[in-house]
Amino acid sequence: MSAPYAKLPAWADYGLIPLINLAVAFLVAGLVVMLVGENPFRAAAILVEGALGRGQNIAYTLYYATSFIFTGLAVAVAFHCSLFNIGGEGQAYVGGLGVAVVCLAFDSILPWWLVFPLAIVGAALFGAAWAFIPAYFQAKRGSHIVITTIMFNFIAASLMVYLLVNVLKPAGAQAPQTRNFLEGGQLPKLNWVLEAMGFSIRSAPFNLSFLLALLAAFLVWVLIWRTRLGYEIRMRGFSPKAARYAGVSETKIIIITMLISGALAGMMALNPVMGDQNRLQIDFVTGAGFVGIAVALMGRSHPAGIVPAAILFGMLYQGGAELAFEMPNISRDMIVIIQGLVILFAGALEHMFRPSIQALFASLSPRSAGIEAQQGEGG
Amino acid sequence: MDFFHSLILVLDSTVRLSIPLLLAALAGLYSERSGVFDIGLEGKMLAGAFAAGAAAAVTGSAWAGLGAAMLISVFLALVHGFASITHRGNQIVSGVAINFIAAGSTIILGQAWFRQGGRTPSLPGDARFGAVELPFAGAVRDVPILGDIYSELISGHSLLTYAAFLLVPFTWWVLFRTRFGLRLRAVGENPAAVDTAGVSVSWLRYRAVICTGILTGMAGTYLSLAQNAGFVKDMTAGRGFIALAALIFAKWKPVPVMFACLLFGFLDAFAIRIQGTPLPLIGQVPVQFMQALPYILTVVLLAGFIGKAVPPRAGGVPYVKER
Repeated sequence: MSAPYAKLPAWADYGLIPLINLAVAFLVAGLVVMLVGENPFRAAAILVEGALGRGQNIAYTLYYATSFIFTGLAVAVAFHCSLFNIGGEGQAYVGGLGVAVVCLAFDSILPWWLVFPLAIVGAALFGAAWAFIPAYFQAKRGSHIVITTIMFNFIAASLMVYLLVNVLKPAGAQAPQTRNFLEGGQLPKLNWVLEAMGFSIRSAPFNLSFLLALLAAFLVWVLIWRTRLGYEIRMRGFSPKAARYAGVSETKIIIITMLISGALAGMMALNPVMGDQNRLQIDFVTGAGFVGIAVALMGRSHPAGIVPAAILFGMLYQGGAELAFEMPNISRDMIVIIQGLVILFAGALEHMFRPSIQALFASLSPRSAGIEAQQGEGG
Repeated sequence: MDFFHSLILVLDSTVRLSIPLLLAALAGLYSERSGVFDIGLEGKMLAGAFAAGAAAAVTGSAWAGLGAAMLISVFLALVHGFASITHRGNQIVSGVAINFIAAGSTIILGQAWFRQGGRTPSLPGDARFGAVELPFAGAVRDVPILGDIYSELISGHSLLTYAAFLLVPFTWWVLFRTRFGLRLRAVGENPAAVDTAGVSVSWLRYRAVICTGILTGMAGTYLSLAQNAGFVKDMTAGRGFIALAALIFAKWKPVPVMFACLLFGFLDAFAIRIQGTPLPLIGQVPVQFMQALPYILTVVLLAGFIGKAVPPRAGGVPYVKER
């Protein structure tokens, strides 16, 4: 990708500009709150209180954040290869099938700590499989991955409804969902960690998959910045031509990247399916796949940015639920707006403030703004 | 005769179901032909549907609804243009953002203004685009076959339906027979050449996304003022993406777009019709399969198994003027 902009110091590039973009997104969200006739500052206070006020709320915040870390990483890995995997929603949905198959098969004969690794494999395999076809078509036939992954989201939704209604639903049951998993298919909660820190929790779905999400974030960092494969992924993302010239097989890299991305998205299903609801039900993903796009953009596709971004969105989800309770005018759909604004300002408009900030830096200290580079381009 | 009559009924609902697709796909045609990818059709259509429902509920006029829908859709299209033309942002990201903003704000504003759980109030007949009876539709109803076709299939649709079908040749004319259309297509294939000829790439692309906004506004209006009597939350239900699929299916050409939309509309109508009844030879087809069929067909097409869909060459690439 050619960058028509001069360089800024790293802290401005990775700290200041994302923060400004984020601030503008929240400012516009505040305007929407005003349009609805509520006080945005009070709304923000209720939201933060609802997300972090009590141990119970923190546990819920972290529960939501767990899902968003997985989907955010999934989008980010694909971004590094300059692929836009918009299909995290469908991959997570199908990943849930992998979790359910493993849990339904083994929950009565194995303890959870043996079922868990199998379920991880199941989720990753099913998620990756759902990403494979779009990846293959992109790599071999050049069909645009954005369009195919969108289509696969819809196909996944139809497929899962069909399977839940006609195959997985126990005979005689009404609701389209699997039977409840037994002990072996239930992940232990992590609420005791927060309780040990002095919070009190009645019941919250915060579970072991949070640790798996953190581990996944670390492994993604290792993969992208410390392995040969990661280097090849980034090279393909930066310049497909250079990658081809360096002897990297584009087909192979695209497919492998998308398989990793799909596997990460699929693993998101562990959190709600095995960690909370203990059964597979319709629409359990509830948009987490799409939140991943916002999280990856906000975290600038780096795990160190994705984890805090995911926690921020966890706060928005949990705090938003409390907000809907306090201010009936503001339902949880406010989060969808904020999500859209974050994607707009941190993603599509990420360069909007750059020229003015560059001018500011240039007037303060010419060298830090890379004036030489600008002159090199012919000003 | 009975079979014939039910065929007419299926075709009639095919027309009804394909109009929003047709308007949205034609909308996407302008934008994508100019080199601006737009996966925000869904969001613009939804916002348009809401604006139409809200304005018609307040003013009692369907035309005011149409105007409001076009305004808000054009505004969102301009946001997309601002991000992807002026600031050279990623067009896909911008489209995703617009979809979310529209999905969230229509519910929040609808709830705050009308307090009916995200709906707009149910509209009386004259605040909607009702059915237009073509002349003699009643008189020829009893004529066998032709009378049925004329009075059931051709007559009795809303004004927007006829407008949508007229827009197909109009779009063809604009794109292939006017100077604006030539430049619009050129800017989607090779913006540098257009720039060299002294024509502003940005202004051309902005005009293209404005056309997109107007047409998505009409698509949204059709949903909330013609097909239904008011706005219901998430009422587009993925139609923007099916329209996108139809646009690709038709290889970015106006007349094939119409046939693709009619095909997808027919699949939908057919699925509703045969629900629960087994087909000869195949047996019972799951309704979910029929729902997924447009998406499956598009993927198969994109993979190049039924001809090849080649997008406008400069699509998705922001234009950087040489300095």
